[in-house]
Amino acid sequence: MGIAHKYGENVDTDVIIPARYLVTSDPAELAKHCMEDMDGAFAARVRPGDVIVAGKNFGCGSSREHAPIAIKGAGVACVIAPTFARIFYRNAFNTGLPILESEEAAAGIDAGDEVEADFAAGVIRNVTKGETYRAEPFPPFISRLIESGGLVEYVKSAK
Amino acid sequence: MGMTMTQKILAAHAGLKRVKAGQFIEAKLDIVLANDITGPPAIKEFEKMGVKGVFDANKVVLVPDHFTPNKDIQAAEQCKLLRSFAAEREIANYFEVGEMGIEHALLPEKGLVVAGDAVIGADSHTCTYGALGAFATGVGSTDMAAGMASGKAWFKVPAAIRFELVGKPGKWVSGKDVILHIIGMIGVDGALYKSMEFMGPGLKRLSMDDRLSMANMAIEAGAKNGIFAVDEQTRAYMKAHKCKNKALKKRIRVYEPDADAVYEREIRVDLSKIRPTVAFPHLPDNTRSIDEVGDVRVDQVVIGSCTNGRYEDMKTAAKILKGRKVAKGVRCIIFPGTQRIYLDCVRDGFAEIFVKAGAVLSTPTCGPCLGGHSGILAAGERAISTTNRNFVGRMGHVDSEVYLASPAVAAASAVRGRISNPEEL
Repeated sequence: MGIAHKYGENVDTDVIIPARYLVTSDPAELAKHCMEDMDGAFAARVRPGDVIVAGKNFGCGSSREHAPIAIKGAGVACVIAPTFARIFYRNAFNTGLPILESEEAAAGIDAGDEVEADFAAGVIRNVTKGETYRAEPFPPFISRLIESGGLVEYVKSAK
Repeated sequence: MGMTMTQKILAAHAGLKRVKAGQFIEAKLDIVLANDITGPPAIKEFEKMGVKGVFDANKVVLVPDHFTPNKDIQAAEQCKLLRSFAAEREIANYFEVGEMGIEHALLPEKGLVVAGDAVIGADSHTCTYGALGAFATGVGSTDMAAGMASGKAWFKVPAAIRFELVGKPGKWVSGKDVILHIIGMIGVDGALYKSMEFMGPGLKRLSMDDRLSMANMAIEAGAKNGIFAVDEQTRAYMKAHKCKNKALKKRIRVYEPDADAVYEREIRVDLSKIRPTVAFPHLPDNTRSIDEVGDVRVDQVVIGSCTNGRYEDMKTAAKILKGRKVAKGVRCIIFPGTQRIYLDCVRDGFAEIFVKAGAVLSTPTCGPCLGGHSGILAAGERAISTTNRNFVGRMGHVDSEVYLASPAVAAASAVRGRISNPEEL
């Protein structure tokens, strides 16, 4: 998958994408400023397939969907944290950004480790350290949502 | 096993007799809301869904309040998109600059939300309406778009924390101090995924404006919603703020938790023990009582927002600023929540007090609160603000600082030029 970028607890949506950039919802434009107020070098450093690993309550604060859109736009394949703020949790699934809840992965993975994730099995592998972590599997309802291709498709199919 | 207040509202909107924590449900919505930031992406998603129209043109509310009056060309384009969509889809409750307000001050005032409603809004502070005994929660633009198309939303039924309020708050202690105190106690994820239900004999000591500012900040503890038991004050408020959009046929439904409702945790809060409270940078749970603040000089004071831009907030600020001056070198920005509150400020003489004190009185807008416009902080600057978030860079430069407090503490701080206890003036 990719390399881990590691952050602390309570990463809020204002640092994921500051309000001054909310004049657009274009993923490429938002991606340029992703994590800017916390890690100014992130946008230049991140590579497609990389993973963000963080502490509890990731994505707290505003309901801006621009936050998961910016992360996905930056090429991030997955965000791993012990817990996510609830609006961010919904927004991530609704916009197709995979997220995994795993306390042991969040603790075990260091910045720069190579990480792989199997969403279906709920397994995260740390290739660098040779460790494997369990993640919370997606609830059945979320799986159905993802199977139908996100919320827009889900609503279309229910019409 | 009984249901909490929130669970009862959700069960009723899902057409189910009972629900329990953890269950996934689909609930009918009474109001679906968006603003000029979250609305445009929602409209794009909505158009992709290929539905004929919105589920009910009376139940969709659109308020351009964040980057308005238009702060730049891009913001103007976003507002234009919202405006054209509202016109095309004949959205009854679109509020243009001049009649608008900050959404969460505006909707209760217009009677668009009443007790028993289920509301989603593409803004995290949608939880404000819990003060009226409604279930209200913030969502993203895609959820809002789906709600606008179908009139429904999926929810995982939340577990709940019950806050038993007792005692009488001191003179300068407001709902803002109570909620900052509670967030300081349980943490920014203390109610993650859960409901915060506020009940008890202390409730009668909290005005509707107090309750609205408390429910507003439930999200700052990670909660899905904050909700208050309905009492005489709630009924009086709803009576005084009847919805003029008659086609909506608003109906008040009062829900009480079952006697055997399951609460994950119960917390007793003695209002008489709470001191004016300040949240230090950079999280709302980093709280200290006013007695522990120390010498903190400020460059800017902000009084207003969806948290504290209501009539009582303005009245408190006026009481403190009357006959006094904003300290030299301090900028004091006051922004009432709605046009109606603005007019009240003019009519009741608050506007004159503010201007004479050397404060600026701004039009209703979310601008300064989220570092959007009209009050941005430079590097190294410090603000005390009655808003709801003090994250890194929230009000401007990444090296600026925001301290959260009540209107009384903020106004007293404007006079002194440092964070101050209103009791000491």
